[in-house]
Amino acid sequence: MAISLTVNRKPRTVDVEPDKPLLWVLREDLGMPGTKFGCGAGLCGACTVILNGEAVRSCQTSLADAAGKDIVTIEGVAASPVGAKVVEAWTALDVPQCGYCQAGQIMSATALLTATPKPTPGETTAFMAGNVCRCATYLRIQKAIAEASKAIAGASA
Amino acid sequence: MSTISINRRSFIAASLAGGAALTFEAKLAFAAPGKAEPSMLGAFITIAPDNTVTILAKNPEIGQGVKTMLPMLIAEELDVAWSQVKIEQADDNADKYGPQFAGGSMTTPLNWLPARQAGAGARAMLVAAAAQQWGVPAASLTTGAGTVKHAASGRTITYAALAPVAAKMPAPDLEKVALKSPKDFGIVGKPMKGVDTAAIVKGEPLFGIDAHPAGMLYAAMVKCPVISGTLKRFDDTAVRKEKGVLAVMPITDGEIPAGKHNAVAIVGDSWWRVHKAREKLVVEWDTAGFDGYSTEGYTQQAHALLGAAPSGDLFKAGNADAALAKAAKVVTADYEYPFLAHATLEPQNCTALWHDDGKLEFWAPTQDPGTARGDIAKVLGIEPASMTIHMTRIGGGFGRRLMSDFMILTACVAKAVPGRPVKLLFDRTDDMRNDYYRPAGWHRMTAGLDAQGALVALKDHFVTFGEGGKAMRAAGMNATEFPGPTLPDVHYGVSYLKTNLTTGWLRAPTSNAVAFVFQGFLDEVAEAAGTDLPELMRRTLGTDRKLPPEPDEPPFDTGRARGVIDAVCKFAGWTGKRSTTTGKGRGFGFYFSHRGYFAEVVDLTISDDSTITIDKVWVAGDIGSQVINPLNAEHQMQGAVIDGIAQALVWQPIEQKAGAVTAENFGEFPLIRINQAPGDVAITWVVTDNPPTGLGEPTLPPVIPAIANAIRDATGKRLRSLPMSLA
Repeated sequence: MAISLTVNRKPRTVDVEPDKPLLWVLREDLGMPGTKFGCGAGLCGACTVILNGEAVRSCQTSLADAAGKDIVTIEGVAASPVGAKVVEAWTALDVPQCGYCQAGQIMSATALLTATPKPTPGETTAFMAGNVCRCATYLRIQKAIAEASKAIAGASA
Repeated sequence: MSTISINRRSFIAASLAGGAALTFEAKLAFAAPGKAEPSMLGAFITIAPDNTVTILAKNPEIGQGVKTMLPMLIAEELDVAWSQVKIEQADDNADKYGPQFAGGSMTTPLNWLPARQAGAGARAMLVAAAAQQWGVPAASLTTGAGTVKHAASGRTITYAALAPVAAKMPAPDLEKVALKSPKDFGIVGKPMKGVDTAAIVKGEPLFGIDAHPAGMLYAAMVKCPVISGTLKRFDDTAVRKEKGVLAVMPITDGEIPAGKHNAVAIVGDSWWRVHKAREKLVVEWDTAGFDGYSTEGYTQQAHALLGAAPSGDLFKAGNADAALAKAAKVVTADYEYPFLAHATLEPQNCTALWHDDGKLEFWAPTQDPGTARGDIAKVLGIEPASMTIHMTRIGGGFGRRLMSDFMILTACVAKAVPGRPVKLLFDRTDDMRNDYYRPAGWHRMTAGLDAQGALVALKDHFVTFGEGGKAMRAAGMNATEFPGPTLPDVHYGVSYLKTNLTTGWLRAPTSNAVAFVFQGFLDEVAEAAGTDLPELMRRTLGTDRKLPPEPDEPPFDTGRARGVIDAVCKFAGWTGKRSTTTGKGRGFGFYFSHRGYFAEVVDLTISDDSTITIDKVWVAGDIGSQVINPLNAEHQMQGAVIDGIAQALVWQPIEQKAGAVTAENFGEFPLIRINQAPGDVAITWVVTDNPPTGLGEPTLPPVIPAIANAIRDATGKRLRSLPMSLA
C-alpha cells in the first residue's frame, strides 16, 4: 500500500513495507543518502531527521509512523532560517573531520535552536549528547551552535 | 613495531613503482594546442581553459584532512591561487601516483617533498613555455596566481594559455627543480577548510555507503559468531522466499588477512530487506578449537605468566636483576589494558561490480587500496591489474580500513552476481564482532633508583598475544622503548598468549597502550625519587642526542623531547606541586610516536560521585619545521586528545565468552559524547628545523597517562588498568 509523507516540503509517496524504517526509505526508496546509518538502534544519532519539528532517529521511526508527517532531512535543512544559520556556522568553523555524523549533528542542532534559540552550554551538551562523533569534533560543534545562536538572534533583531 | 614494518613494506614497494610518476610524465598531456580543452601537467595537475586548476588528491580521506593538504602542497609550488583550485580524488594507481595509503601518520613525511616537486615541476614547464613564446630567458620570468609575468616588458599570460604548449615541454628533473623558500609560502601554513566541508553539510553522497552505481544490488551477511570459525552447513530455503531476496551464497574463500572469511551473504533489492531476511537463515558453524577463548581465560593466564620468567627478550642491556638487587629503592607495579574495537561510525562496506569481461571495479572506503588489491588478487586468483579501485570518502578509519576483509567479502559476492554492482554493508553488530581489535596487554614494571634518586635499572615483563615467539599484528612493543636505551641495566621481556581474535592497528597503535604503561609507571618512579615526571624525564633524557632507532625508523631525539616537555610546562604553568584543592588534579604525559614529539598536561575534576571530568588539556607538539594546514592540525589534535580520553575513561573492554565477542552495539562499547568532552584543548607548537611529519596519531598517546597521573594527584590513587574508573 502506498504511503504518503512530506520530505523537505515535497509530497512523496512510497510503496514499500510499512515497517521499513524511515532511514532506509530515505536512502533506498527516495534516493536521499545524506541521512546516515550508524547503529540501527537509536544510539548514535547519525540518522537524525526532523519530524513535525522534532529531532527523531530515523532508524527507529517506521514508514507507517512517518505517514502524513512533515520530514526535514540534511538535504533540505538549509531551506529553514534556523537550518541555514546552522549550516553556515558549520561551514565557517569547518566542523567536520570525516563528516559521517555531521548530517545528524546538524539536524539535532537545528531542532535544538528552533526550540531553544539561546541555549546555555549545558542545554547544548545535554541536547547534543545523543549524537556521537567518532572523530570527536565536539569542541567545534559547541562553538558552531553558539555562533548559529548568535546569528539567529541577529537575524531576528 | 609491526605497524611500521608493514607500512614500510608497502611504502617501499609502492615508491619504487611510483618513481616513474614522480619523474613527471609530460607525455600524459592529451590536449592539442589551440583547442579549448584541459591540459594535463604530470599525474596530478590539469589546467582548464578558464585557468581552473584541478589537482588530484591521491590518498584516502578518512577525516585526517589529506584530501585538502596534499593539493595545498602542489598548489603552493605550482604558484596558483587557492581559489583557482578544484580537488578530485584519484583512483588507486600507485604506479602513477606513488604510495596511496592512509596509515602511520605517513602522508606528510612521504609527500612533503614529492608533492611540492610535482607542483614546482609543472610550474617550470609553464615558465619554459612562456620563455619560448616570448623569446626571453626563463630566469627573467616570475609567476603568481596562475600567471607568468615578464616584468621588463610588462607582459602577463595565464597558465591556461600556456598549458597546451607546456604539457609538451620536456619534464624537468624533479630532484633539481627549485622549490619555494618557506617564507614565500602563500598557501602552506594558512588555515584551509576541508575540501568536502561544503558538500558534507548538504548531505551530498560522498561516502562508501553512498556509492550507487546504476542497477546496484544490496548484500547483508551472516558471519560466524566466533572469529575464525568455518561454515559447516546452511539452509536458505526460507530466506529465498523473503521479499526482495535474489540470491544466497556461501563465502568460504580466503584467509587473507589473518582470519577466515566464512560467511553467508544474502543479496537482494534492498539492504533493509536482505538484512531482515537473515533471521530466516538456518546455519551451523564449526567453531572447534576457537570456542575456548575468553576474556576471563586471558586474564588468568596473563597473571600466571607475569609471575614467571618471560619466554623471550625484546631488549636486554647490562644485568637488570643485579642492578635492582643493589638499588637504593625499588618500585614495581602491574599495568594492563583491554582489547578495543575501532567502531568507525560508517560501518564497514564496499561496492563492487564484476564486469562481464572478468574485470572487477570497486567503490571502496579503504585506507590501503594497494594492499587490498593484492589480497583480493590472491583470494580470487585474479590479476591485480584487472581491478579498478575508486576511493570514496571514508566515515572514519582509525586503522580499521587498513584491512582488506570487507573488500574481499564484497569481491566474493560480486563474483557471484556478475554484471550487477552490489554493495555489502555490515550492520553495527557485524562491525563490532568482526573487527581487527587493538590487542589487550599486561606489563609488570620494576624500576631501581640509586641513593640520589636517579633511575638506574628497569624491567618490563610484557604479556601479549602471539605464537612461535612472534607477536600478532599490532601486539608487539618497541625494543627501544624509552627510557630503556638510556639506562645501563634494562630487561624488556615478553610472553605470549594465544587468541582466535584478529588483531590490528588502532590509531597510534602500540603507542596508545605503551604510553599509558611507561609514562604512568615513570610518574610512580618520579614520586619515589621525590620529584615530578617532567623533571624525571629531563634527568633521564640527559644531554641532547639521538637514541638508536627501531630498524628503518627515525631516532629518538632527546633534545626535541626536552623541547616539548619544557614548552608544555611553561604553557600550562606546571609547578610540580601536588594539588591542594579537593577533587582537582593535574597530570603530565610525554610520548614520541609517528615521528612527532608530544607533551601534555591534563587538569581534571573528580566529583563527589567519583565522576571524572577533564577540564582542560594542554598540548605542546613538535612535528618539525612546518604545520601545513593549521586549521586541520587543530582538528586532528583536538580529535586525538578526545579519542585518548575515550580510551582512558569511556570505552569499555571488548570482551569474549566461549570464543565470541559479546559487544553488540554502542551500549556495550560506548563512544565518548559531547558532555564528556574536555572544556578546552589548548595547543602550542615547538617549531624545529626538521622535515614536517604527520598529526593523525602522535597527539593521542600522552593524554592517557596524563589522566592517570592527574587522578593520582587528585585522589592519591594509582589506576593501572584501562579504562580507568573510581566508581
